[in-house]
Amino acid sequence: MKATVHVMLKTGVLDPQGEAVRHALGALGFEGVNGVRQGKVIELDLADGTTEADVNAMCEKLLANMVIESYRVDLS
Amino acid sequence: MKAAVVVFPGSNCDRDLAVAFKAAGADVEMVWHKDTDLPTAVDIVGVPGGFSFGDYLRCGAIAANSPICQAVKAHATRGGYVLGICNGFQVLTETGILPGALLRNAGLKYICKTIGLKVATSQSVYTEGYNAGDVIDIPIAHHDGNYFADAATLDALHGEDRVAFTYTDNPNGSMDDIAGILSANRRVLGMMPHPERAADPGHGGTDGQALFRAVAAQLANA
Repeated sequence: MKATVHVMLKTGVLDPQGEAVRHALGALGFEGVNGVRQGKVIELDLADGTTEADVNAMCEKLLANMVIESYRVDLS
Repeated sequence: MKAAVVVFPGSNCDRDLAVAFKAAGADVEMVWHKDTDLPTAVDIVGVPGGFSFGDYLRCGAIAANSPICQAVKAHATRGGYVLGICNGFQVLTETGILPGALLRNAGLKYICKTIGLKVATSQSVYTEGYNAGDVIDIPIAHHDGNYFADAATLDALHGEDRVAFTYTDNPNGSMDDIAGILSANRRVLGMMPHPERAADPGHGGTDGQALFRAVAAQLANA
């Protein structure tokens, strides 16, 4: 089974990389980009039987820093 | 005084930190990240700067989960002293020993230069060799030194006089210009600037010496 983990900076945490991307898009002539937030996608190849709770634990212990980031898990 | 300096793959200030401790009169032992125990009778653990584990995932995240960091955590929990510099500070926030997190510099650039650092409190073994309000010249060298904490944490840090150092001219976007913070028991210091790179006349500055000398003097009889 596979899990896809999306890690994003929490709302309110400054994302200077996203801001730089927003400026670059503006410089390329793309108008109307009001905001860019950049995160990470982590794909996990998991043994069958791994539970969503297990993946949540992985996120909270290592994959995301809960002080600054939030995460979302998609299991497939 | 006995100091242990942790070495991770990618640490690059470990020797500098050991030299600074030794120059202040400490016995120093290096410990490898796979070690599960600190040497016996260690007074202070130094977590050095560098790029532990290539800064993969997040700066300090992999190091924070290494075997030696469990021992460092236990050392801090039982009231031991820990000094984390630069990547070491990032490791200490990732372990949860210190609150908050270090984000990418607001200007996105890696910054390597000597900056003005204000001593915000002299009430710790690390800063008692200075006077509160002193401005010292200390190098910084980091890409992710932008200190972030929620409002409640910032209130606690200020209210409990736990901000150790602030930048005189904020280089990285850190909240409240914070460059270094203390744990609640004041025995753990994390700071982004590098006092060990200003600890010998050959470095071009010696403003960091007082930190190591104060620690050595205080812990000599510990």
